[in-house]
Amino acid sequence: MLQLKNISKNFGGLQVLQDVNFNVPQGGIFGLIGPNGAGKTTVFNLITGLLRASGGAIEFDGQDIGKVAAHKITERGIARTFQNIRVFKEMTLLENVVVGMHDHMDYGFGSVLLNLGGYRRIEAQARERALELLSWLRLDHKAQMLADSLSYGEQRKLEFARALATKPKLLLLDEPVAGMNPAEKTELMEEILNIKQRGFSIFMIEHDMRFVMGLCDRIAVLNFGRIIAEGSPDEIKNNQEVIEAYLGKEDSE
Amino acid sequence: MLEQQLINALSLGSVYALFALGFTLVFGVLGVINLSHGAIFMLGSYAALLLVEHLALPLWLAMLAAMLASGLIGLAVDYLVLRPLRARNAPHLAPMIATIGVATILTSLAQGLFGAENKRFPVGTIPEESYNWGNLHLTAVQIGIVVISFILMLVLLAVMRRTQLGRALRAIAESPKAAYLLGINVEGLFYLTSFAAAALGGAAGVLVGLSFNAITPFMGQPMLHKGIAVIILGGMGDIRGAMIAGLFLGFAEVLTVAYISSDFRDAVGFGLLFLILLVKPSGMFGKVLERKA
Amino acid sequence: MTELLTSIAGTGFMDWWDGFWSTYNTVIFSLGVNAMLALSIYVTLSCGLLSLANAAFMGIGAYAASLISMQTGLPFPVALAAGGALPALVALIIGIPTLRLSGVYLAMATLGFGEVVRVVVLNMDITGGPLGLNGIPLKTEWWHIVLLLALTLYILARMRRSKIGRAFEAIKEDEVAARLMGVNVAGYKLLAFVIGAAIAGVAGGLNAHYTFTIGPGNYAFENAVEILTMAVFGGTGSLVGPTLGGMILTLLPEALRDFNSYRAVVNGLILVLVILYLPKGIWDPRRIRGWANTFSRRKTQAGGSN
Repeated sequence: MLQLKNISKNFGGLQVLQDVNFNVPQGGIFGLIGPNGAGKTTVFNLITGLLRASGGAIEFDGQDIGKVAAHKITERGIARTFQNIRVFKEMTLLENVVVGMHDHMDYGFGSVLLNLGGYRRIEAQARERALELLSWLRLDHKAQMLADSLSYGEQRKLEFARALATKPKLLLLDEPVAGMNPAEKTELMEEILNIKQRGFSIFMIEHDMRFVMGLCDRIAVLNFGRIIAEGSPDEIKNNQEVIEAYLGKEDSE
Repeated sequence: MLEQQLINALSLGSVYALFALGFTLVFGVLGVINLSHGAIFMLGSYAALLLVEHLALPLWLAMLAAMLASGLIGLAVDYLVLRPLRARNAPHLAPMIATIGVATILTSLAQGLFGAENKRFPVGTIPEESYNWGNLHLTAVQIGIVVISFILMLVLLAVMRRTQLGRALRAIAESPKAAYLLGINVEGLFYLTSFAAAALGGAAGVLVGLSFNAITPFMGQPMLHKGIAVIILGGMGDIRGAMIAGLFLGFAEVLTVAYISSDFRDAVGFGLLFLILLVKPSGMFGKVLERKA
Repeated sequence: MTELLTSIAGTGFMDWWDGFWSTYNTVIFSLGVNAMLALSIYVTLSCGLLSLANAAFMGIGAYAASLISMQTGLPFPVALAAGGALPALVALIIGIPTLRLSGVYLAMATLGFGEVVRVVVLNMDITGGPLGLNGIPLKTEWWHIVLLLALTLYILARMRRSKIGRAFEAIKEDEVAARLMGVNVAGYKLLAFVIGAAIAGVAGGLNAHYTFTIGPGNYAFENAVEILTMAVFGGTGSLVGPTLGGMILTLLPEALRDFNSYRAVVNGLILVLVILYLPKGIWDPRRIRGWANTFSRRKTQAGGSN
């Protein structure tokens, strides 16, 4: 579904990614792991158009998306959440999710001004769908509350709901359980599995090995900007290079 | 003729560069556009004037004292206005709007205290000498401006590049949080930067005051506009860029006045600004990397 | 108060009204115009942009409308439409390159823009140079202002309730997140900027046609600061804020004599104090809702304790 071919990225003199190749298959959960600073978030930034690759190509559903502008990436069917949660704090949960539907709300300025039927109907539908998405994540009872008033874990779930509102085919999750306690992590694991069962493909960056091993169908490992392994969780667990990459890091600290 | 214009341009450009330095320093380290920089520039000029008029200080001493005074005002603005905004993580428009307010207050205060008319330095304060070198005519004031500006700029560059302090400032410019975790006294350095930037702005004010011998409460505004053009031209937060762009603007203005029309002099800065935003928004030398938290 | 009533009774209401109106009509007109100006800057603030060019846009609109009234026979609505259209066009030209960048660039570009307009206007013959335009026909009636203010409020209110308003707010909160949710950030910022310019321009046209004379000095940076103060003071959380702010800050100078010499200081002070201590302005819908809730809770408690 999503293919990175020989991707490289440098910032000035700093080579952040080199020869990155992997495939994210459709359906299922794909994980990208690696020590801090390996370049994982950069990969997401490249896919979503926030950065342009220095070399190589990114293909989604067979089409090159390397030059697609960031605000058009949802049109292609890719949505993303952020490592440091970026919900719209002063908007309600409902409003947050409705923003995700922005692209799919097709009414014109005239319709807005004259409060015409098209505008009303589309707005009503959007609210209904938003409420539905919130209910998937069991946040619907808080729909009218400000996003700011949610707990960390709930805000994370809100981000999911908002991303789902963009009707994505592929969901990019950037360190979804960063900063959470074990109980929250278990709950989120369930939510992610639910989302997968509803037919969305998921590509996740994470640090928490147990989380990743428990959830992902396939995993790629990034170290110092290069992919050093790709395979099933079992294969990765027993891969010598991967073990060294993680342990080696600890030795030098 | 051209060489003479170049001399004038050098003098003008040096002051623009000096002014822009303070401005870009605050942006680079504090991440804030301090729109009261123009007002502080103006107050520096008045400070020197008052010290000469009322205390009969020699010019060089008045200038140093004026720099100190401006620095303190800049520090006060940071402490009273910018610090509370930092503390509560205010949206990025807040410091801009607040410093516009500060500029307005300072300008009106100056108007109230000193009146709106042009003030001049007492007769005899400003050195009258001039030198002729071939076809070129240089006044002592012009030489002084260029020399003093360049000295201050080079000192700043040296500090930034070769001292521990400079390294700390550059670390903060890249990421205040990381700098803090490294044990750097970020808040203290914010105060220091505000002080230094304002002192430089005040110095520019004194030099401009001497150069045109016309000090008014409103001289800060047009300078601010040019300062903005210079820092965007040179790349925001880039010190060397500010210096070069300042000189560039000086040249552009002088040449416009000489060969096109003096009416459009003040519009040159904006024109260049607009052009650069169209073509290379990160400025002539800037590589505006996203500032991390 | 008794003097007021006595004087009304004494000379008859109609006479009193005529007197009142001839003295204060410009102030009353200004209430509406300033409300519109505050709303014009509110539109840009509502998506996280600071435009300091709105005074210049007002000026462009004023000049355009006045010249049409004075030099062609075209009717007032046409003049006003031109007064809105020309600044919008200029805003489009400035906005397209600057708004694809961070909002900070717009603030700085618009800071200097007012100066540029002033310089251009000062040097053109058609605009009367430094003396400005004189003898602009007095075409503005109170109902023009009420109508256009109401129209502005209506349009902005409808926008707020639509995906446009939501997009603005999302952009204001977090541009990057908004972009990745499919919002065309640059496009919406441009929309806000252009709409703000148009509103300011129409306000300028209205203003010119009751002040009879306009000059380059009317649309300077201090005016832009004043407009900003009105919006910030009133509060940018809803449409009521800027409208209220505009009206209060129009009345204040009238209520306090000698205000004009302190006008600038007061504006500056208001800006600083509001940003520091009352960032949402005086009309903050959330805070007011909070009071309303506390108030009704207290009443229920009082009732229940009996």
